[in-house]
Amino acid sequence: MKSLGSIRRSFAPWADPAAKPYISFENITKRFGDFTAVNNLSLDIYEREFFALLGASGCGKSTLLRMLAGFEEPTSGRILLDGQDLRGIPPYRRPVNMMFQSYALFPHMSVEQNIAFGLKQDGMPKAQIAERVAEMLKLVKLEQFARRKPHQLSGGQRQRVALARSVAKRPKVLLLDEPLGALDKKLREETQFELMDLQQNLGLTFVVVTHDQEEAMTMADRIAILDKGEVMQVATPAEIYEAPASRFVAGFVGTVNLLEGRVMSRDGATLRIKGASGAEILVENAPDSVSSGEVAFAIRPEKIKVSPRQPAEGTPNVMAGEIFDLAYLGDMTVYHVRLADGQVVKASALNSARVSEDQLTWNDRAFVSFAPDAGVVLTR
Amino acid sequence: MNTTWSRFNIASIVLGFAFLYLPIVLLVVFSFNESKLVTVWSGFSTKWYGELFRNQGLIDAAWVTARVAFISASFATVLGTLAALALTRYTRFRGRMLFSGMVFAPLVMPEVITGLSLLLLFVAIGLDRGFLTVTLAHITFSMCFVAVVVQSRLITFDRSLEEAAMDLGATPVKTFFAITLPVILPAIVSGWMLAFTLSLDDLVIASFASGPGATTLPMKIYSQVRLGVTPEINAACTILIAIVAVGVLIASVVNKSREVQRQRDEQAAQRT
Repeated sequence: MKSLGSIRRSFAPWADPAAKPYISFENITKRFGDFTAVNNLSLDIYEREFFALLGASGCGKSTLLRMLAGFEEPTSGRILLDGQDLRGIPPYRRPVNMMFQSYALFPHMSVEQNIAFGLKQDGMPKAQIAERVAEMLKLVKLEQFARRKPHQLSGGQRQRVALARSVAKRPKVLLLDEPLGALDKKLREETQFELMDLQQNLGLTFVVVTHDQEEAMTMADRIAILDKGEVMQVATPAEIYEAPASRFVAGFVGTVNLLEGRVMSRDGATLRIKGASGAEILVENAPDSVSSGEVAFAIRPEKIKVSPRQPAEGTPNVMAGEIFDLAYLGDMTVYHVRLADGQVVKASALNSARVSEDQLTWNDRAFVSFAPDAGVVLTR
Repeated sequence: MNTTWSRFNIASIVLGFAFLYLPIVLLVVFSFNESKLVTVWSGFSTKWYGELFRNQGLIDAAWVTARVAFISASFATVLGTLAALALTRYTRFRGRMLFSGMVFAPLVMPEVITGLSLLLLFVAIGLDRGFLTVTLAHITFSMCFVAVVVQSRLITFDRSLEEAAMDLGATPVKTFFAITLPVILPAIVSGWMLAFTLSLDDLVIASFASGPGATTLPMKIYSQVRLGVTPEINAACTILIAIVAVGVLIASVVNKSREVQRQRDEQAAQRT
């Protein structure tokens, strides 16, 4: 498999076998009555990492976060933070702070009182508290709102107060539960970058729970995809997108075309797959483990080329079909091409020229093609 | 929306208000009657108010009532709040259904039965009836009203506020006093006020539980009326009505202006 190292950031402690994980979930299981929220899950998070737990609602991601904060105890397994077993330590003695989805700002306290609350619990001297509060207000650009009550603030301002309050104590780890869930789209995009800057500047470890894949992709160093209380894959955003480990992950993050088939032959890293329609798929970057059996070839829409003319004879991975549907989005056009066997393939083309010469439209005959290394072979 | 007043609307409103307030208006009007005969108007006078303040019996009764109401409302508020907390927080304890049923049963229990059972209890344990027993009886029946008021607030209380406080390092006890209590305080205050007014105008239970020397105002008024209604009683009732009306008015004005202020704040926040 081709290395994806070139698109990785330089920060990659998980790739270093000598690095010690900062937070370790070891065989964590959490049951609520008959319902298993988290099932024998193990996960390592490193210091200064921006780690995202991504999954649909009910996948166990919030439960995981609440166990780290101390609001829930695992049914079995243990959580280590910087080598210390967290079992039995109540939330108010854990060196982690959490930013709540609902923000949970204290309604009867002003912005500065909210931010000072945690510092007061530590018995910090008054002058020092005032200093830290001022620093936090500056950090989130709310200096002129210090005396306001939470209900006198807009949603975005409340979000920043919650953030300031949760980082005021300089926790070892900041937990963020859907931190941007209640903001509108534009504000969300701005705030994503603010959060990343903050994490960089303060040098904290962030664990964020989200159901928004774009949010996770933008912000996180690594993402854990969860489903039904189990980890499906842990990897960098680029790896998750370009080299998903299973059909589930491929389908969960972004749009994907899954072409089911059976391995015909293997020659080095080159694999020949007989598609369900009879078309042959040539794959150059097949993983070592696959040499026979049923597989799926997963390919992203933007890696498929759609053309009205048949590519030159001998070009691999060409399939004929007709344009079943198309959507013009301005920057790009999305084509749905129905192949001979009825399967619909999604392809997207960047509209790099203002007026394209060979515009395709509904019911046109079209050829889809892709490079032999454009997709991945999945067995799971 | 149709804002014009049809004849039917006007008629029903007039009828409804007359039904509610005609007796009270009559009582207020006749409290200013010159004559000693309650039902015959003979001219305006405030002399019965003067008489009232010279009637030591009534004033003593009013003082007893006020003390009973204050003490019983305060105890009932503490007990009712604790019951409400237990019922909303510890949802999994054994016998919760039974407990909640038992807390709220006095709401629908006929007062005569509550009063009688309390009387039997006091007699059985040999407690002399008087100020203490009336107060205890009032605590008993008004704490469930407080529990209802506080519980309805606790149900909508965002638990993540408490979690946030603990997450920031506050112990559970600290969290309760710094976060939970201030947030639910308005409900506790209105629970207290409800208990206070309930105690203030209770006649039935007080008659069972009270003894010599601890006659409450409603008991006093009732016993005097049995000997014949005097304009003096009318005056006393008018003062009671005035106190209650002013209280309600202040409460609603404060509430309303707070609400308006909050909405204005929220709109202002959206603009910035």
